[in-house]
Amino acid sequence: MRYSALSILKQALSGNRLWQPAWREPQPKPHYDVIIVGGGGHGLSTAYNLAKEFGITNVAVIEKGYIGSGNVGRNTTIIRSNYLLEGNNPFYEFSLKLWEGLERDFNYNAMVSQRGIVNLFHSDGQRDDYARRGNGMRMHGVDAELLDREQVRKMMPYLNFDHARFPILGGLYQKRAGTVRHDAVAWGYARGADQRGVDIIQHCEVTGIRRENGLVVGVETTKGFIGCNRLALAAAGNTTTVGRMADLDLPIETHVLQAFVSEGLKPVIDHVITYGAGHFYISQSDKGGLVFGAEIDFYSSYAQRGNLQTVEHTMEEGVSLIPGLSRAKVLRSWGGVMDMSMDGSPIIDRTPIDNLYLNCGWCYGGFKATPASGFCFAHLIAKNETHHVSRFMRLDRFERGYMIDEAGKGPQPNLH
Amino acid sequence: MASLITCPHCGTRPKEEFSIRGAAAPKRPSPAAKDEVWHRYVYIRDNPKGRILEYWHHVAGCRRWLVVDRDNFTHEVFGVMDASDFERARVVE
Repeated sequence: MRYSALSILKQALSGNRLWQPAWREPQPKPHYDVIIVGGGGHGLSTAYNLAKEFGITNVAVIEKGYIGSGNVGRNTTIIRSNYLLEGNNPFYEFSLKLWEGLERDFNYNAMVSQRGIVNLFHSDGQRDDYARRGNGMRMHGVDAELLDREQVRKMMPYLNFDHARFPILGGLYQKRAGTVRHDAVAWGYARGADQRGVDIIQHCEVTGIRRENGLVVGVETTKGFIGCNRLALAAAGNTTTVGRMADLDLPIETHVLQAFVSEGLKPVIDHVITYGAGHFYISQSDKGGLVFGAEIDFYSSYAQRGNLQTVEHTMEEGVSLIPGLSRAKVLRSWGGVMDMSMDGSPIIDRTPIDNLYLNCGWCYGGFKATPASGFCFAHLIAKNETHHVSRFMRLDRFERGYMIDEAGKGPQPNLH
Repeated sequence: MASLITCPHCGTRPKEEFSIRGAAAPKRPSPAAKDEVWHRYVYIRDNPKGRILEYWHHVAGCRRWLVVDRDNFTHEVFGVMDASDFERARVVE
């Protein structure tokens, strides 16, 4: 069923009895052209793009939990393309353009809201750095504006401008950035893929990758063996666990990142704000909750829950930036496990096994990449050819010396 | 949650006092080792789910480098030793 104002009216007049589930719950077929391991945002987006853009519909997405239970539902919903480097910016800008047309494209209300992001700076050196980043963005044709202190004050009068140690001197503003309702992204892609014939198989864990003569022939799962011509891994957080089944050597460490939501408040923050003196970021959901987060927990972790030191640190950063936050109560917090790569950038590439493709290493910036990641990965799987905007995101870039180290932190995954 | 770490020099201390470097398993190759060996040391990680050895630095305490033996899923801590003891034991292996 196509969703429209008319469909809502029809349902209303028939007492809402005719709604159908948004996707089927099929049993796995014995064989598929493509199997995607991981039914997160990227896996679903890949399946959707394979079917819609590249005409490959005999596809299964295998997910060990349920759709939306992983990182696609565990992030702070921010979309943006304010990157500096050549290897990143065109990719994330492609993603932002796809976000702008996404709801019409997959006929689902994902509540894409381009409310703008402001990255605050607190010293002259940081101003220079942000100006450089803004110039880099504009050279790539991306919108960026350097705001001074008074311009920021006009937009966000509630910030702590006269902080003794980290006064706010201004911000780098990207107007087209914003937020998206993350669950709806998973559901919209799942529905769109399912309508085009993709089987979404939930509660099915991959336990092994079967190979014959150096090629993948299928996967062992908790629902039995499923054959495939091509296998695509999009299991961020557990990439190493799945990759080990195919003997892949990976530049990945798994870490936990926490996020928080306050009680519902009246509209107060109508942008996305990032704190340049820490790593704190905040926006307000349409329901009124303040959605915020900060750094990862710094030690490697496969547990979807974090430690209290990071909770305390996040709250301190938040109150330091917005003193009024101290009056708000935190309603919920959660943790998600991330692939932290060695340069802070992702991998969309082939592997040493010819029919095995890899999508991983999103660190904690994967949500904004969901549309472009799916498009580029589908392009790679369908044509066995790298899409030009993801051409820097290679698995072998570390040994070749072509790191994409946006933050300049070096091979230290917990610092990216 | 690995909130308390028993430093062999300072006793049981809160996690806030420590800075975490990362996996202790990769062993530093000799300066003359081939590029491929250095690449593995610098960039490739086993990243196990479960028991892991990690370098922690007791920055707000004795400032010694430690090796913490813990489970990265349950967060149980099995033991902590001084990094020099760890390296010495590794050389004997």
